[in-house]
Amino acid sequence: MRGRPLEVIAGLTARELLRRRLVHALLLLTALVLVLTGWGFSRIPHLHLGGELLTPQLARLAAAQLLLLVMFMFSFVVGLTAAFLAAPAVAGELESGIALAVLARPISRAEFLVGRWLGLALPLLAYVVLSASVEFWLVAVGTGYAPPNPVGAEAALAGQGLVLLTLTLALSTRLSAMTSGVVAVVVFGAMWVAGVAGAFGSAFHNTAISAVGTVSHLLVPSDGLWRAAVYEIQPKLFASASLSRVGSPFSATSAPTPAYLVFAAAWVLLVLAVAVLSLDRREV
Amino acid sequence: MAAAGGGWQPEGQAVLTRGLTKRYGSRLALDGLDLEVGYGEVFGFLGPNGAGKTTFVKLLLGLGRPSAGTGQLLGRPLGDRSARSKVGYLPELFRYQGWLRAREVLTLHCQLAGLPAAGFSDEVGRSLELVGLAGRGDDLVATFSKGMQQRLGLAVALLGSPRLVALDEPTSALDPVGRHDVRELIRRLRQEGVTVFLNSHLLSEVELVCDRVAVVDRGRVLAQGALADLLSGEGPRARCLDLPGDALPGLGAVRRDGDWVSVPGLDSSRTPELVAAIVAAGGRVYQVDEGRASLEERFLQLLERA
Ligand SMILES: Nc1ncnc2c1ncn2[C@@H]1O[C@H](COP(=O)(O)OP(=O)(O)O)[C@@H](O)[C@H]1O
Ligand SMILES: [Mg+2]
Repeated sequence: MRGRPLEVIAGLTARELLRRRLVHALLLLTALVLVLTGWGFSRIPHLHLGGELLTPQLARLAAAQLLLLVMFMFSFVVGLTAAFLAAPAVAGELESGIALAVLARPISRAEFLVGRWLGLALPLLAYVVLSASVEFWLVAVGTGYAPPNPVGAEAALAGQGLVLLTLTLALSTRLSAMTSGVVAVVVFGAMWVAGVAGAFGSAFHNTAISAVGTVSHLLVPSDGLWRAAVYEIQPKLFASASLSRVGSPFSATSAPTPAYLVFAAAWVLLVLAVAVLSLDRREV
Repeated sequence: MAAAGGGWQPEGQAVLTRGLTKRYGSRLALDGLDLEVGYGEVFGFLGPNGAGKTTFVKLLLGLGRPSAGTGQLLGRPLGDRSARSKVGYLPELFRYQGWLRAREVLTLHCQLAGLPAAGFSDEVGRSLELVGLAGRGDDLVATFSKGMQQRLGLAVALLGSPRLVALDEPTSALDPVGRHDVRELIRRLRQEGVTVFLNSHLLSEVELVCDRVAVVDRGRVLAQGALADLLSGEGPRARCLDLPGDALPGLGAVRRDGDWVSVPGLDSSRTPELVAAIVAAGGRVYQVDEGRASLEERFLQLLERA
């Protein structure tokens, strides 16, 4: 019987998610984006450059560039959605009094919080894997370009979503739903900007500025994971050629290190543990 | 009825607190409360708004932590998980998942309470019936009126044969019919031997159903005991004219308060004797009062004295 309350809360959370307008809108728009970009990619091999058809090689390069742009949009959407879905999941229930009746049952705060987390994280994971896989497939069919490591890219994108999800959930054990959502989105944006600044710093060998990027990647690994996703999506030759696109948020000069990926996973677990402690200590 | 109570043996007291204290910043919500509630009692926790009633119940259920003092619920330390599995709770500021149907909310609570899955649908049907929502089980909770939501909250609290039911202002949103239904429910729980902890600021509600009450104000218990003891006042008195002397034969010295005459220490069961003695002594009686304070009078007295 141990662990059952956790499953019950996770199931409840996932069911609630599927009834939310925000999620319906997200799924509908995602389908639309997939259709439109799929059509767009399929047109690339038919483009002319100086009267000639693009060579297959050039077509694939163009496709890779555009794919990075599309995936950047997905990463942005995943981050924002994670924050907006997680913000009310704990704070909203505490504010409305729904949590009173639930937490009076034989369930620990840890089970409640981790159940909430799982109920949001698993659908998020499914969304990332499904939408990214379809996008990659459309690009492959339309242009022949395939990212070198699609699974790694999806894992990094999902990881970025989990970072935002976990951070927002932790904030919402103490702050109102609105405040937690806004704070998390601002942090998300700030980390992205710091990442771009850091990339500039590295390109110009300015240690102070490049440290901004490094610190931001350690503080909240959302942009760090986005860079990891970029590396796995872009053609191998982009990594070395990226000086020409200095500081672009759509480039990554080095492969994500295993140590950094382990760090990001540990970061998520640590913040989740802090969230549990924080909820455990508060009044309902 | 179903399972949660099966094989369960009562330990200690249903509720026991010693010096239970709760501070919110500089505000003292509970000021060293000592309270005992025996198994099977219907206990009324009575006090004005802000007295600390809700805070007390939340501490019992582990929804908040005491600043000082200790307590037990069903013989277990406050917040204990196994104790919570035998408790039904209707919060004061209740809300239930608006996007679920009433039946789904109840099923959720069956799951959380750890009831056997095979019994869910019977249990849900039975509790909907008990609170008068039998026809509305498939409606979305968001479409319920506040009173219906409170009925749903009662149904949630009654799921799975709890040993103790804590009701925090259970009739706040109910119409007179609903209030009557709640009284009936509480009487029924008493018959089944369930302990009821009833928070209320409504004297009439407490007066009609409780065996024992504690009057609480500003986090302190002003008085507690059986309702009858709490209400026993100064004994019977009569408003009369022309009564000579300071004593009544066979009863003793009289005390006068304007036109009102009474005999200190006389039990209210002897009211007719008092009247007969006054008449025999030549007094003319205009009005007789059994001397039982109403709960409202008593309540106001207690609060004034504090
Ligand atoms: N979460 C809280 N934060 C600060 N003060 C609180 C909180 N909950 C209750 N109080 C204060 O504690 C006192 C008792 O409140 P409460 O237990 O709700 O009273 P009652 O239920 O008897 O009306 C009140 O003065 C109230 O303002
Ligand atoms: Mg209250």
